[in-house]
Amino acid sequence: MDVYLPIANLSVNGLIIVGLGALTGLLSGMFGVGGGFLTTPLMIFYGIPPTVAAASAASQVTGASVSGVFAHTRRGGVDYQMGSVMVAGGIIGTGLGAVLFNLLEKLGQIDTVINILYVVLLGSIGGLMAKESIQSIRAERSGVPLPARKRRHHPMVASLPMRWRFYRSGLYISPLAPLLLGIGTGILTMLMGIGGGFVLVPAMLYILGMSANVVVGTSLFQILFVTMATTMMHALTTHAVDIVLAALLLLGSVSGAQVGAQFAQKASPVKLRLLLAVIVLLVAGRMALGLGYRPDEIYTVAPL
Amino acid sequence: MKAFASSLLGLIALVMLTGARDPILVPEVSQHEVDLQQGFTGTELLLFGAILTPEGSRAAQDYDIIVVLKGPTQSIVLREKQKVAGIWINVASTELRSAPSYYAIASTKPIADIVDDKTAAIYELGLKWLQLSPIGAIDPEEQARFSSGLVDLNRRNGLYREEEGGVKVSEQVLYQARIGLPSRVPTGIYTAETYAVSKGRVVASASSQVEVRKLGIERAIANFSENYGFVYGLMAVFVSVAMGWLAGRLFALI
Repeated sequence: MDVYLPIANLSVNGLIIVGLGALTGLLSGMFGVGGGFLTTPLMIFYGIPPTVAAASAASQVTGASVSGVFAHTRRGGVDYQMGSVMVAGGIIGTGLGAVLFNLLEKLGQIDTVINILYVVLLGSIGGLMAKESIQSIRAERSGVPLPARKRRHHPMVASLPMRWRFYRSGLYISPLAPLLLGIGTGILTMLMGIGGGFVLVPAMLYILGMSANVVVGTSLFQILFVTMATTMMHALTTHAVDIVLAALLLLGSVSGAQVGAQFAQKASPVKLRLLLAVIVLLVAGRMALGLGYRPDEIYTVAPL
Repeated sequence: MKAFASSLLGLIALVMLTGARDPILVPEVSQHEVDLQQGFTGTELLLFGAILTPEGSRAAQDYDIIVVLKGPTQSIVLREKQKVAGIWINVASTELRSAPSYYAIASTKPIADIVDDKTAAIYELGLKWLQLSPIGAIDPEEQARFSSGLVDLNRRNGLYREEEGGVKVSEQVLYQARIGLPSRVPTGIYTAETYAVSKGRVVASASSQVEVRKLGIERAIANFSENYGFVYGLMAVFVSVAMGWLAGRLFALI
């Protein structure tokens, strides 16, 4: 099934794109991450121009997080107050990201920066996840439970001025902390075409110290609105959102997400986490290869 | 077509004035419009035509034929990655004012056997001779490296092609060449130039045009995205939310 993409200016095999969407949807359903970290690089490997890939992946993440937000809302798993602060930060972040994107594109370093970000972020978070899940699998086998991690926020968060009460998260902290976190993920979303869930969730747990039952729902809530803002920002600045490409990805990912969610209920969460860690590390490794060993192309063309 | 007719008339007039026995070429392209829309996966153009004497009879002489199909030229920045401190980053760059977005050449024999380097350079016959017009002073060696980088990149993309031996001449009168266009072919007006060469001298040339354009819904989407970014963005957001919501609903039923 050949589909011509009007913005990317090339024709692709539609089934491959739907399959790609399904794969990332499966991940998002299983792990509660957007899956953008996988879609964007895979689309680039397939030959879709990087800007179009990043711009269109954002709308795929929107679609994948919609049903998740509904599900978490029903069981009260969203801290709207915290979420709104983070969304506000995220929208500021996408604006900053757009400025940064333009600047780096002019300097000709956008692809290098994106690659480095991928390697550093995915590498470190994938490594952490792998370490943790291996530890818990070992603990399960030996029968000695791991010491429970104390839930409390980072000392730097405590030193910020002006405290608010976030009842659902069980926190009394400065709103500046989630705002800054939102700004950071907003920038990443704009630059890398990722939702930022795999950065947000650990940050909300270990830096903010939010109570675990609202972390996933609130992060999905933030991702939903920030990816919408990103799509708008790309549509206004880079004009690189390919709606045909996005629709194909969505078709795969929204159905994949549903299947993944059902699968996640049956599988062991620790093993799922290890699997996610392995996938994240593989993507980071592939990116590192292009950066350190040999890039896919030595020469690149940009319009003047 | 009008431009073509007048250039043909001009050519005939020139031939009559000089009184030379140079042939005239009557070129044609299998399609003058290439439509980029759903189902387009690239296409093949047939560039053909006749080699005639000024009187209009068969040329009855062996000419070498070169056919060049060229897309609109673009101003581009070409960047080169080099390894710095262990990682590959864009280090060098050059600005080119007239890089063809598409270039294909086909000929009856290898170009080097038909014309000398000087003639090839004048008529831009071959990827080696593309006039890319770099901006600013740049040393020839570096320039050569950049051009070969660009040519290599676009060759692998299918946007630059060289087919020596791709032109067939039958009965000394009818020539034809098939030239492929990949799906990523850029839009614009393409010119198809045909040259007849005898003893290393270009004795006749003629050109015709092909328009590559987006059509229907594809054109509407591209225009919409370019001119109404805000509404287009809203549309994309709406589609993604609606599809996510719908899938959630449908699967809840199962």
